[in-house]
Amino acid sequence: MRPIWIVAKLTLREAARRKILLAAILLSVAFLSVYGVGLHYIHLELMKTGEFANTLVRNQIYNFMMLSGMYVVNFLYAAMAVLTSVDTVAGEIASGTIQSLAAKPVPRWQLLLGKWLGLVVMMTLYLALMAGGVLTLGNTLTPYNLPNVGRGLPLIWLNGILLLSISLLGGTRLSTLANGVVAFAGYGMAVIGGWVEQIGAFLKSPTAVNVGVVSSLILPSEALWKRAAYEMRSPVVDMLGFSPFTSGYSVPSGAMIGYAIAYAVVALLLALRSFGRRDL
Amino acid sequence: MGDMAGTNAVETQGLRKVYGEQTAVADLTLTVPRGEVFGFLGPNGAGKTTAVKMLLGLVAPTAGEALVLDRPLGDPAGRARVGFLPEHFRFHDWLKASEFLKLHADLYGVPAKVSRQRIPELLALVDLSAHADKKLRAFSKGMLQRIGLAQTLLNDPELVFLDEPTSGLDPMGRRLVRDIIHTLRERGTTVFLNSHLLSEVEITCDRVAFIRRGELVRISALEDLVNGELVVRLRVGPQRPRIPPDVLVGLAAWGDNVRAEGDRITLTAHGEADLPEIARYLIGRGFDLYELSPQRVSLEELFVEIVGGETG
Repeated sequence: MRPIWIVAKLTLREAARRKILLAAILLSVAFLSVYGVGLHYIHLELMKTGEFANTLVRNQIYNFMMLSGMYVVNFLYAAMAVLTSVDTVAGEIASGTIQSLAAKPVPRWQLLLGKWLGLVVMMTLYLALMAGGVLTLGNTLTPYNLPNVGRGLPLIWLNGILLLSISLLGGTRLSTLANGVVAFAGYGMAVIGGWVEQIGAFLKSPTAVNVGVVSSLILPSEALWKRAAYEMRSPVVDMLGFSPFTSGYSVPSGAMIGYAIAYAVVALLLALRSFGRRDL
Repeated sequence: MGDMAGTNAVETQGLRKVYGEQTAVADLTLTVPRGEVFGFLGPNGAGKTTAVKMLLGLVAPTAGEALVLDRPLGDPAGRARVGFLPEHFRFHDWLKASEFLKLHADLYGVPAKVSRQRIPELLALVDLSAHADKKLRAFSKGMLQRIGLAQTLLNDPELVFLDEPTSGLDPMGRRLVRDIIHTLRERGTTVFLNSHLLSEVEITCDRVAFIRRGELVRISALEDLVNGELVVRLRVGPQRPRIPPDVLVGLAAWGDNVRAEGDRITLTAHGEADLPEIARYLIGRGFDLYELSPQRVSLEELFVEIVGGETG
């Protein structure tokens, strides 16, 4: 099992050395700065005018603002999952770097699991930084606290792990470019499927809802976000009926979350198997 | 297979690899005894790299089986005492030389205490001590090949696979590779050397296998190859213009292909030690010996003959 840690550490060190972490941190700071400044002025505006004197309405706007932040975090984190993993196997196979590693007295699956673990650690740190930043800004700049973060955030985290596992699986058989195209196209399909489902539910179109459900079955990525947003929604949204991020009309079920977890596990196991069997 | 366990570093039986329509390696059956420096010689694309990759578990054979240090293919534990320098060696170039060696030592499972001592030794061996803290990205091609060589020795291997180890090296680098191979031989380490360079094999190897289009054409001890093809031209005095047939039959004791033409005789001697015997024999039969010129057929000529001129 020791090689898993060795490779995990190597993956983290690579991220640090190749300035991937630095770039991620700098851009996170930029993102959080823009977000914080925006949040601050919106908060000032809300306090100034009597129009929004109603706390319920104000909280609804705060919730919308914070979910907007989380939406972008979810997107950037998902992109990070794909970008950092899309080349790590395919690239090392193409360059031949993998050969001297795979010729060591180490089962191949341990090499891949080590990469996976290292990337999971890195992505978890990234999510903690980004989501932590959004939540901290929200909590300090406004009187509002996003509800049920403990339920929503793990689902966002799982989204990244899911995409990471799929991208590693692709990397064992596809070139970097093909793998990236597949991963992003799949993600795009899931996102649009999610929106079709929401709007379809609002318009009471069962066909549109089914399109969304099928797209979630193909890739349950957006379903995880929808459920996370649903968990962290403002209670008022249920009364208002609709918001861009959440609606009570079509919420991904617990079964869909279970499906997403199983999907990630199976993708990872297939990746380990596929990598173990291919010629290098 | 099996009854010779322990004495051979590599044993293969009908090892075969087919990619689609193309046969990369066809029914490779060979045995490399422990302690031997074995040359695997053939033009580029002959299947040498694929063969080695199969032995290292990087490529799954289509058919056949093999034992490497008495372990079947695909058993990772069997590679604990195996070193490997891939062709076109690539690496994590953002690592420093010492970090790179530490990483590979860790993957070999070399205890930290041992690698702390061995890494500086190996850096010194490949003449890179001064560059231990330099990133591999800043290394020249020759330096990379040398650090790659150091990497193959981290686990104090019993068997080392070197795939075209001198490609891209300057004459000094080639010499270093040769010296390392000699050191390994003295230590009793088995070396499996892939090469398309005759000179390299000629200088370093005990035995050589010729491979061509995936097929093993011939395996011989290098000594036999070089010394066995010793063409000797003889000229005897003009006083005996016709050389009696029984003399030619007598000469066959020391060589093959004995032919006479006028006062000249040519034959392929079995070895250098036969030359004085041939001279003594002819003089004993009453000939005056005007010329005895042994000429080695170079391994290169033999190589061209065996692989059909397909040089890489």
